[in-house]
Amino acid sequence: MDSLVYLLAFTAVATAATFATRVIPFVFLSRHSDHPLILHLGRYLPAAVMSLLVVIFLLRSGHWSAPVFGADALVPSLVVVALHLWRRNALLSIIAGTACYMAIQQF
Amino acid sequence: METGLNNRAVVQLTLPIMFGYIPLGMAFGVLFVTQLDYPWWGATLMSLTVFAGAAQLLSVGLLAAGAGLLEVFVAMFVINARHLFYGLSLLGRFRGAGWRKLYLIFGLTDETYSLLTSRPRSEDLSQEQKNDFRITLFNQGYWVIGSTLGAWLGRAVQFDSTGIEFALVALFIVLTIEQYKALGQSLPIWIGAAAAGLCLAVLPEDQQLIGAVILTTATLLVSYRFHKRGVAGMEQPHG
Repeated sequence: MDSLVYLLAFTAVATAATFATRVIPFVFLSRHSDHPLILHLGRYLPAAVMSLLVVIFLLRSGHWSAPVFGADALVPSLVVVALHLWRRNALLSIIAGTACYMAIQQF
Repeated sequence: METGLNNRAVVQLTLPIMFGYIPLGMAFGVLFVTQLDYPWWGATLMSLTVFAGAAQLLSVGLLAAGAGLLEVFVAMFVINARHLFYGLSLLGRFRGAGWRKLYLIFGLTDETYSLLTSRPRSEDLSQEQKNDFRITLFNQGYWVIGSTLGAWLGRAVQFDSTGIEFALVALFIVLTIEQYKALGQSLPIWIGAAAAGLCLAVLPEDQQLIGAVILTTATLLVSYRFHKRGVAGMEQPHG
């Protein structure tokens, strides 16, 4: 296959597969959007997914061997948590935490 | 209270995603042009039509290997399968959004899902759908800009933006705190964290995210049965 044709076909297939994962619940469940089970998931799933994203991405951001044991990721995370509980300013918490992480990684 | 978000408010809301998406998009763009013999706009095109971080990074490997199209479909579906569950919390929220609905569904990445399910909302459904649309559009804009820049600059320029992608971790932490404050309950947060911890311990890296999403959803379904029994038990006297 011509390489440009392959690239375009590849992109089309990747697009279709990705969109399928996003559209399937809307195609099959949109008539049940006020079913109590869907409402239950709609209410609790975001919080649960958010914390699982934190755990997975956080563990991938740090070095987990002794003697640091993840301090390179845990310290910036604690900065984010503490700042956010104190000021509740999302941007401030995120920028301070990220700057802290970058400083640790770069120096 | 004004319910329509102007561009400045949207940028402010999506700024952490900008910090995450531009460097990650650049990483994808750089990888695309340095590992493959395709023109730079291939990276831009993918970010326009696929719009999924991990899947696009995997694509570079698949393209390099000249993978078969069926194999590509299966790999892309599996790596993005967690999105199957994101729609469940947004069915009602996207209802009646008209032509915008297709794009709202298309743009449902981890980060967009996080923002759309966490931000405060007014009663005005149609205005909020317009806001959601603009948030999604800005997020994809950052992604497209990042990958295009990466593909242009390639290896030519060295940036020391090491670690800036931590903005996404910080965003997820902030949103978890906000979810906790909005729900007033910590149980779902423990469920998600425990599922992630378990999957990190037992699954290979490329299956951890989907494994954790499935486990979390299954646990919430079980909790629904208990919840329902409890509610039904309390409401029995009313028939």
